[in-house]
Amino acid sequence: MSDTKKTNNVWSRRDILKAGAATGVIAGAPTIFTGRAYGADYLNAPKGSTVTLGFNVPQSGPYADEGADELRAYKLAVKHLNGEGDGGMMNTFKPSALKGNGILGKKVEFVTGDTQTKSDAARASAKRMIEKDGVVMVTGGSSSGVAVAVQGLCQEAGVIFMAGLTHSNDTTGKDRKRNGFRHFFNAYMSGAALAPVLEANYGTGRNAYHLTADYNWGWTQEESLKNSTEAIGWNTVEAVRTPLKEQDFSQYIAPVLNTDADTLILNHYGGNMINSLTQAVSFGLRDKVVNGKDFVIVVPLYSRLMAQGAGENVKGIFGSTNWHWSLSDEGSQAFVKSFGQEYGFPPSQAAHTTYCQTLLYADACERAGTFEPCGVVAALEGHKFDGLGNGPTEYRAEDHQCFKDVLVVKGKENPSSQFDVLEVVEVTPRAQVEYDATDAAFGGAEASLGPCNNGV
Amino acid sequence: MKNESALKDWTLIILFAAVVLTMPIWLKPLGANYPDLMQKFAIFGLFAIGFNILFGLTGYLSFGHAAFLGIGSYTAVWSFKLLTMNVLPAVIFAVVMAGIFAFLIGFVSLRRSGIYFSILTLAFAEMSFNMAYSVLTPITNGETGLQLSLKDPRILDNFQGEGIPITNLFGVKMSGMPGFYFCAAILIIGFFLSVRITRSPFGMMLRAIKSNQTRMAYTGFNTRPYLVWAFVISGMYAGMAGALMAVTDPLAGAERMQWTASGEVVLMTILGGAGTLIGPLIGAGIIKYFENIFSAFNEQTLNEVFGALPDTLQNIVVKIAGLFVGEGWHLLLGLMFLIVIIFLPGGIMEGFRRLGKLFRLSGRSA
Repeated sequence: MSDTKKTNNVWSRRDILKAGAATGVIAGAPTIFTGRAYGADYLNAPKGSTVTLGFNVPQSGPYADEGADELRAYKLAVKHLNGEGDGGMMNTFKPSALKGNGILGKKVEFVTGDTQTKSDAARASAKRMIEKDGVVMVTGGSSSGVAVAVQGLCQEAGVIFMAGLTHSNDTTGKDRKRNGFRHFFNAYMSGAALAPVLEANYGTGRNAYHLTADYNWGWTQEESLKNSTEAIGWNTVEAVRTPLKEQDFSQYIAPVLNTDADTLILNHYGGNMINSLTQAVSFGLRDKVVNGKDFVIVVPLYSRLMAQGAGENVKGIFGSTNWHWSLSDEGSQAFVKSFGQEYGFPPSQAAHTTYCQTLLYADACERAGTFEPCGVVAALEGHKFDGLGNGPTEYRAEDHQCFKDVLVVKGKENPSSQFDVLEVVEVTPRAQVEYDATDAAFGGAEASLGPCNNGV
Repeated sequence: MKNESALKDWTLIILFAAVVLTMPIWLKPLGANYPDLMQKFAIFGLFAIGFNILFGLTGYLSFGHAAFLGIGSYTAVWSFKLLTMNVLPAVIFAVVMAGIFAFLIGFVSLRRSGIYFSILTLAFAEMSFNMAYSVLTPITNGETGLQLSLKDPRILDNFQGEGIPITNLFGVKMSGMPGFYFCAAILIIGFFLSVRITRSPFGMMLRAIKSNQTRMAYTGFNTRPYLVWAFVISGMYAGMAGALMAVTDPLAGAERMQWTASGEVVLMTILGGAGTLIGPLIGAGIIKYFENIFSAFNEQTLNEVFGALPDTLQNIVVKIAGLFVGEGWHLLLGLMFLIVIIFLPGGIMEGFRRLGKLFRLSGRSA
């Protein structure tokens, strides 16, 4: 040790610090001056003849199936925006400022990333898109935890976030952001749409047992479902939280048998729901009779991909969904046709919402005449449109949530094909699922969008 | 002679500082010169250096170091939430907190050595992960992750503006490039300390434990305190890395504590060269580069890369290469790891040494 002290005379610590600092300044100087686009009035303003969008979807983890379908829809939307293919819903979307020559005359390009259904990975991936690839808009999701995390990042960075499949009340509730928009419906709407159907089919005075995915989506859906079912006279026996990464739910399902619950509400999605439903059915829950009532299972958020994964077990089970490919309106038909031609099977609700979000963003840019986030925000707030498969829809200005009709569906008893697994029981009108922007379930009066951010 | 080696260390540190600080320049051709990835390089480099103090010097393989990373992150985010957006208190609290936990876990785990030690640390890390993931949800916010909110008290700042404030160091914002320079500065300090520790009598003692612990015991040394200190120091490095993750991006998720994250730092260290000063850093850089760059490759990019080939050949090459990029980047990493371990058991640093020897030999014969 004493020897090293001598060498300090040759190179004192101070010298080294100075040298280090000098190197830092020299190294940093060029990037400080050129790193951020100078002169531009918003972050990542597209120069050149192209504009880049960031598609951030789960390619691994429990929601990987949804992510894969989202990506297919994004690619299809890019094709249509660039004037290739048959145009899909661009032909039925109205009012529309889209011209089929990209966005604002710039060809649309895209980068992709894997969120891994983890907030950390999703933010790293979104940061890469913003910092390296220069995207003006990030879109994707498939987990509300991820959507909220990435939406926060986009707000801080100053780009637009068009949420994909995210169903938690928080996304446009307590965690709403000025730069973020959601086309998908939410847990409150599911509860409000489902309750009357459940009452009509299963009557009042049931005992419900909840299994809930343990993150912000599960929490809000459990809360919303509790509220709406208790309003029709149901009693909540117990609500048990299960980890998102869980594959085996038998340890959670076995205790249900020991209670006097006659209804199991599965606040699960994707791979979680496929496993929990399959295991619940194999435990014989649906054959049981409790308190003189047939035991029933409810899956509040349904998707065709999940129903397909769970196979036979979904027959007769009620749930709600944002969109279904069997809808007969012009927009849905056009979308199913062009998606089917491209990939050979019908799109899921995840694909539908991401396709819509891409078109809605492009249209907002055209109407605003710029990619500037604050301009796009102004163009989307309070915007009313139709022809995207959900009937008349409005982007509410107060919370950036889309308001439209909600579908209540049921697992089909006699499916005619492997895709024909759900049937629409009821189309719940918008008025029935609408709520106040300052509702307690959505962060109350304190929740605010904050200012819009251009990133400079 | 000793004087000379000390001088060598100073040269190494200066060179190291220069290389780290010029990252934005020399990473440009690799497409990795954007702030987020460079921050990751610095943060995981620091994590791996700290891990190497335990594993590289004493040979004790901990499979639970991600727990300290997570503890550092959570502590830092809570400091942002409760006290101030200034990063200094956050970093200090995180290091102290990680040190306390490392002492507790190390004290128990170090009663055993070898595989039993590894399993004990793994068990503790899994316990911490599960606590963070589900039991301690009020503190950690579970799966959703701990995030800042407008309602946070922040008693020292009392920031009353619109939107969530960003982390800063006395007014300099800590995202983007300034964030990278902050991480880089801490990495350089961390590296300097690790060089000093390695060269000190304490470091000598740790290496002696690695070579033969029984012999040490016979000569009358009690090795436990040395091991506990090494464990605490490397835990504090991990806590620092965790705090830096929160500094550059104020969010903490439980997945940071999972055993896969602990395994990752083991991979980094072994890939680069355990026991060497620079090796763990190289390993960390390679793994983070793969994770961020290769995972983002899709068919479109591959077609561009192999665009010069004839069409049929291009399709085949793209198909095959497609397996190893995008979602399949782990496959590429695994393959590379296999090759390195089989042919260069001492990691990439051994490759460099062999190359160096080759040049010296050919130089002499010429």
